[in-house]
Amino acid sequence: MLELIQKLFGKDSNSSKDIAKERLRLVLVHDRVNVSPQLMETLKDDMFKAISNYMDINEKCMEVNLTHTESSVTLVANIPVTSMKRGAMSKR
Amino acid sequence: MGEVIVITSGKGGVGKTTTSANLGTGFALQGKKVVLVDADIGLRNLDVVMGLENRIVYDLVDVTDGNCRLKQALIRDKRYESLYLLPAAQTRDKNAVTPEQMKQLCDELKQDFDFVIIDCPAGIEQGFKNAIAGADRAIIVTTPEVSAVRDADRIIGLLESEGKHNPKLIVNRIRPHMVKKGDMMSIDDIIEILAIDLLGIIPEDDYIVVSTNRGEPAVVNPISQASTAYKNIVRRLMGENIPLMIIEDNTSFFNKLKKIFNL
Repeated sequence: MLELIQKLFGKDSNSSKDIAKERLRLVLVHDRVNVSPQLMETLKDDMFKAISNYMDINEKCMEVNLTHTESSVTLVANIPVTSMKRGAMSKR
Repeated sequence: MGEVIVITSGKGGVGKTTTSANLGTGFALQGKKVVLVDADIGLRNLDVVMGLENRIVYDLVDVTDGNCRLKQALIRDKRYESLYLLPAAQTRDKNAVTPEQMKQLCDELKQDFDFVIIDCPAGIEQGFKNAIAGADRAIIVTTPEVSAVRDADRIIGLLESEGKHNPKLIVNRIRPHMVKKGDMMSIDDIIEILAIDLLGIIPEDDYIVVSTNRGEPAVVNPISQASTAYKNIVRRLMGENIPLMIIEDNTSFFNKLKKIFNL
């Protein structure tokens, strides 16, 4: 009943268009992250280079993955640090 | 040297063929020499939408197979003499043509025509790859529905990976009263999601059904809303700066009244 009144007065905040938009947003996040393994490798290389400026890391043990949950996509990186670079802090 | 424009969408039934027919006829109305190419091999439809189904002798595959010369397969429109159709083959499948052959065909047509409009089949397989092979620019047609917008997004990505950048968007079948009620995504919503340039908007218009029944593109009718919308798009494609049309809500009480009294 309340719903009907809300509809009558045009105050339905959860309009079907908003539902459509939200569903689309989620579905596209998942569609768009179907990235090629090649792209992931390039990303890994770039991350390795950037991080190596500050610390020694083991490239072989480095793991970079995209994980999907129902409402989001996360980039998860597991990068074991061998040692901090001397002087990396003072460079900045 | 003309320009090759592919009309694509991913999803079927959003209005690619209708859009192709109307843009082609619209260009002819502007005095341009234009050819419509039906790339939907095996499921040809542009011929019936144009009302030219009785005139087909040769088709696209006859041309690429070398059974006839290109000029022999081109059908001149009944109404406009600068408008031509190259029909698809009906008894073959998409693999009867290669992207290289399509590219060659487009290059040849470009020599003679101001605009070459390619009606792309639904889907992302061989037929899509053939249709976009020779295109200089792409127009994506979508409707304000989740499925159509999702497919449009996929097509944008695929076009990008094939080196076809900056496709333009046509949002078809907008129902203003539903947008107003919040029950249909608006143009802004769709543009925000897809992040590409808007070329035009087409309102839902019963006249499209009538025009398809008759085999006479809607742009020919001076009073249909969709006709005006298509004409605007044609002029934008020709480089003019035309503002987006304000779509009238035909279902409002006032407009119904106007209709009754034929105002």
